[in-house]
Amino acid sequence: MARNIRLPDPTTESGTVKWVTIAVAGLFMAVVLFIPLLAVFLEAFRLGAGAFLAAITEPDALAAIRLTLLVAAISVPLNMVFGVAAAWAIAKYEFKGKAFLTTLIDLPFSVSPVIAGLVYVLLFGSGSVLGPIFNSAGLQVLFAVPGVVLATLFVTFPFVARELIPLMEDQGTGDEEAAISLGAGGWQTFWRVTLPNIKWGLLYGVLLCNARVMGEFGAVSVVSGRLRGETVTMPLQIEILYNEYNFSAAFAVAALLALLALVTLILKALLERVYGRDHAGGVRH
Amino acid sequence: MTFKRTLALTALAGSLLFIGSVTAHGQQTLINVSYDPTRELYREYNAAFTSHWQEQGNGAVTIQVTHGGSGSQARTVIDGLDADVVTLALEADINAIAEQSGKIRADWRGTLENNNAPYTSTIVFLVRKGNPKNLTDWGDLVQEGVEVITPNPKTSGGARWNLIAAWAWADREFDGDEAQIRQFVGDLYRHVPVLDSGARGSTTTFAQRGIGDVLLAWENEAFLAIEELGPDAFDIVVPSISVLAEPPVAIVDENVDAKGTRDLATAYLEYLYSDVGQTIAARHFYRPSNPELVTDQSLLERFPAVDLVSIDDYGGWVEVQPSFFGDGGIFDQIYQPVQ
Repeated sequence: MARNIRLPDPTTESGTVKWVTIAVAGLFMAVVLFIPLLAVFLEAFRLGAGAFLAAITEPDALAAIRLTLLVAAISVPLNMVFGVAAAWAIAKYEFKGKAFLTTLIDLPFSVSPVIAGLVYVLLFGSGSVLGPIFNSAGLQVLFAVPGVVLATLFVTFPFVARELIPLMEDQGTGDEEAAISLGAGGWQTFWRVTLPNIKWGLLYGVLLCNARVMGEFGAVSVVSGRLRGETVTMPLQIEILYNEYNFSAAFAVAALLALLALVTLILKALLERVYGRDHAGGVRH
Repeated sequence: MTFKRTLALTALAGSLLFIGSVTAHGQQTLINVSYDPTRELYREYNAAFTSHWQEQGNGAVTIQVTHGGSGSQARTVIDGLDADVVTLALEADINAIAEQSGKIRADWRGTLENNNAPYTSTIVFLVRKGNPKNLTDWGDLVQEGVEVITPNPKTSGGARWNLIAAWAWADREFDGDEAQIRQFVGDLYRHVPVLDSGARGSTTTFAQRGIGDVLLAWENEAFLAIEELGPDAFDIVVPSISVLAEPPVAIVDENVDAKGTRDLATAYLEYLYSDVGQTIAARHFYRPSNPELVTDQSLLERFPAVDLVSIDDYGGWVEVQPSFFGDGGIFDQIYQPVQ
């Protein structure tokens, strides 16, 4: 007896399934992403474009924007260097404690940001050992910009490394070995071989890291002290304005912060387009 | 190589930003660490004081005010925030700074008039318009189905005044029978769905998020909520008995001496007691400690007469703070989080 079993094609679903999954995904995106974002922008412009501009060019708002960009300008490059170094060490070498280092890099993901903030209060507070030493040297760490930068670094340092480790492990050491056997030096190998191989992963990590740096609230709110114009970043400024019943200004700054995140994404898309032709060696994200 | 150039450009932009943000501060700065509901009060007061200070022939001054739950604000000063003055919700928080960090002299209370309280306030009920649950006094708050909004007494000064006010009512109602008083206050907290960390957070929970039937609020916070969020949304209910809240102010001695700002800080606090300071306090719904000085006497008509008990009837904050709010104190014993 001939067996007549029709095996379904693994890549094509029935029309209903396809449309249901698309509808579910679309609805989910709309409810959790687009509608809230839209609400932020609507609220921001509720009193008109003039009020929006006034809210984001007010001195405290400008200071918050500047501080946020400054924190990003310091933390992102540091995270980039750390991320590449850590990923390099983990992916290309075998050494004792490698698994431990990998776990350690994930720590900031699993620890609440509030704890990250409190760590620095313990380390640099008045009652600590380090705080008074730094203070007597004229350097205020806690409730000042260095504290904000440190707390942000703590929270965001896994982003670049996490992005690069799987990519570099995947690529192995073959290209580097070839370069070195052809007479390239260490730096030359890094700049000419490794970096071009990982640049898309690196870029993606940096952009994610940047978005998180600008948006970090929990850790920064613990160490900031909320000195307006000095240690208030954009997320904190939003909270302050909201607490002052200044809702449209709060949403104006929120809209700007959301916009910065969107710009980050657009930047990524643009860069991929411009450099897209020579990304052949890397894994595209 | 193009990618390298991008990297270099990013680094350059970063360092330019860094240089741009390091600006010199030539003028004197004063940091006032305050509590939640004083935001509007100090915004106006700072402007008035700044011009007064310059009229006296002094240089320009920048005033920074930070806000939050009174307890957590005190914590930032203990941890090293460079505050020149503190203007907190209650004495206990300033005592905490004095005891735990030594940055404020132990006998600070009395360095200024009226126990260092330039303005006072009391605790009232803010209810939904028309008072749909008909809440008129403390006893009504523990009725079936009533949700009460008040912040966490561990972190918020206002919340501690709330608890003391409720205690004072029960004390009178049950003729001092402590078991019944505890029963009542415990019941009250079983009607609290959310304990925010500061007074402003609770106001937002009640007014913006629409949670709860009654907000136990500073009188000034209740008036302000009505002013800012619409008189058609809320009513104020004044209970038969409440507490005389004296939010104190003090100089942070160690910090002003290190920064050389003692004169400025002293002038800043003393000006609160002037006709200008008292009028601004009244305008922002704080009861001025010296009402005769208020230049617009009609401002005073807004404050209803309430039977006010003083914290000193319970031994003052020096005794109330540890026995009510310390670890294992009365609040810990009676508070059961809502399941």
